[in-house]
Amino acid sequence: MIEVPDQQGRFGSFGGRYVPETLMNALIELEEAYRKYSGDPAFQAEIDYLLKQYSGRETPLYYAERLSKHLGEAKIYLKREDLNHTGAHKINNAIGQGILAKMMGKTKVIAETGAGQHGVATATVAALLGMECKVFMGEEDTRRQALNVFRMKLLGAEVIPVTSGTRTLKDAGNEALRYWVSHVDDTFYVLGSAVGPHPYPMMVRNFQRIIGDETRRQILEAEGRLPDLLVAAVGGGSNAIGMFYPFVGDDGVGMIGVEAAGKGVDTPFHAATMSKGSHGVFQGSMSYLLQDEYGQVQEAHSISAGLDYPGVGPEHSYLKDIERAQYVPVTDDEAMDALKLLCVTEGIIPALESAHAIAHVAKIAPSLTKDDIIVICLSGRGDKDVESILAYTEGAEKK
Amino acid sequence: MTTETTNRMDVTFQNLKQQGRAALIPFLTVGDPDLETTLAIIQELEAAGADMLELGVPYSDPLADGPVIQRASARALKSSIHVRTCMETALKARQAGSTLPFILFTYYNPVLQMGLDNFFAEVNNHEISGLIIPDLPVEESADMRRRSREVGVNLIPLVAPTSSERIAKIVTGASGFVYCVSSLGVTGERSSFHAGVEEFISSVRQATDLPVAVGFGISTSEQVARFASICDGVVVGSAIVRKVEDVIPLLDNPATRSEGLLQIREFVAQLRPAESRLL
Repeated sequence: MIEVPDQQGRFGSFGGRYVPETLMNALIELEEAYRKYSGDPAFQAEIDYLLKQYSGRETPLYYAERLSKHLGEAKIYLKREDLNHTGAHKINNAIGQGILAKMMGKTKVIAETGAGQHGVATATVAALLGMECKVFMGEEDTRRQALNVFRMKLLGAEVIPVTSGTRTLKDAGNEALRYWVSHVDDTFYVLGSAVGPHPYPMMVRNFQRIIGDETRRQILEAEGRLPDLLVAAVGGGSNAIGMFYPFVGDDGVGMIGVEAAGKGVDTPFHAATMSKGSHGVFQGSMSYLLQDEYGQVQEAHSISAGLDYPGVGPEHSYLKDIERAQYVPVTDDEAMDALKLLCVTEGIIPALESAHAIAHVAKIAPSLTKDDIIVICLSGRGDKDVESILAYTEGAEKK
Repeated sequence: MTTETTNRMDVTFQNLKQQGRAALIPFLTVGDPDLETTLAIIQELEAAGADMLELGVPYSDPLADGPVIQRASARALKSSIHVRTCMETALKARQAGSTLPFILFTYYNPVLQMGLDNFFAEVNNHEISGLIIPDLPVEESADMRRRSREVGVNLIPLVAPTSSERIAKIVTGASGFVYCVSSLGVTGERSSFHAGVEEFISSVRQATDLPVAVGFGISTSEQVARFASICDGVVVGSAIVRKVEDVIPLLDNPATRSEGLLQIREFVAQLRPAESRLL
């Protein structure tokens, strides 16, 4: 395997740095600081300490026996990222970037958020480190995820509703970048997914790879061998790349990223960037993108605010094009059925994002054998989604 | 590469230099509120003393732009204005008698989707003298620079107050002019600029023999005068786009349309009063 990204932040033809000149020096400084500190044992020790004592890692790799038996013969494991402090994998990256910001002497952080999980994680870490925090969130999402807005405010963060464009995650990202351009002197941008200009996709991957590193150790302990298949939901793709990356060199381990098909990939209402998108530049990097023939970015649709994004991390685009990973769509309805299935078979309410990964496994598991081992990244817990689930169940969800 | 100067922008800068004047460079979002009005506004800007024009291609995700140009983009996108339409507008303006050099301002993705071969073939026969691509830093621009040179169009580099040691790398091999971003931030009117903006501009001057223009946030005649005294060109964007926005109700009504156009002309004319044109 070729180690990616290269010095220019390229994953094959993807990635790079497509940003206004005003940000270039900040990105270069960030990259230099990251390279410097990531080789510093004290930096890693501080992150490890917080991941363990503060967030509660390592998270369990749980054999979901009742779910497995319900779906056939394959053994299905759940990597319980939902058991992290703040309820999702997002804290892994927020701790990493927060400590980096501290090392760089920054006292203010900003973040974009969709479902609110990354916003909550960043607000949490900002409180922990005594930093000022502003979170940009699409106005539409502030309504869908009102509880997370309140959480962020409780944690001392300022939540800025974004009213431009589609008023969802992509616009929150645009607005965070615009704010950063104006405050690049003293502000650190804690980007929440494996997207954006170099070095973010690489950095976020490296802060999230703990998911895959632990999984490898845990599955070897439990089964004495590596799994046949890893399955994870992909919006921007940070939990998926964190799970996949440590296994990229293991040819026998299949990888499937599950993206949101919304109301269906043949309708205009989906977020299936890999299935229906094409190469384009968006929010600082080259990747697959949902766009029209003129290069205008299209609106994405998903019941899950965290997957409602027209772009995807450049490393996923690379893994798709070299055919190392496969990307498949799952609809709102399928995700909702899978969510309920996990509730009743295992007593776990997954986040709507993670429910997409379960839904795909529910489709393929019946055709697998007792020798097959699948690991699903259960990226977050579903408490934040209970209202959306209720509305959907009652048929009141319009999108 | 030819040394003969046929690019209209280069000729304009040479003429202005002989006259001791700085270029007034207004920015317009093409198709805001509609294409016919854009053509009429171009005539007004020329009459108001513009020396060249930036034609903004509306984009769904204008990262470098503040709220005023975002809104203009959104209005123009309702009628599906895209790169090709903008180039056609430049050509139509030329056919209607405009002598101004046109600079196409576009984000990179619309160019990429058109395909670089198609894009440059069209740039070449649509009276485009320059290109500004705000999300294409020098590290990503080698292909665009080479192709721009081949068709004799100037790919205008942007330098920011944060560029510091990058300035030399950015201006090396550039053509047309160097665009200095006045402040940290997105486009939009502002009352103050980056502290040390004069030193910044003079450091850019030292790094290049090309004309140096400044933009981002310049909205008043005082600000234009301040920068015209130290630069070869001053870009006024959001302030003009806001003026267009303000008079849309007038433009939309046939009875008041000429009044709306006149207000745009007067706004631009007062940015550089006739008596101060010769600095």
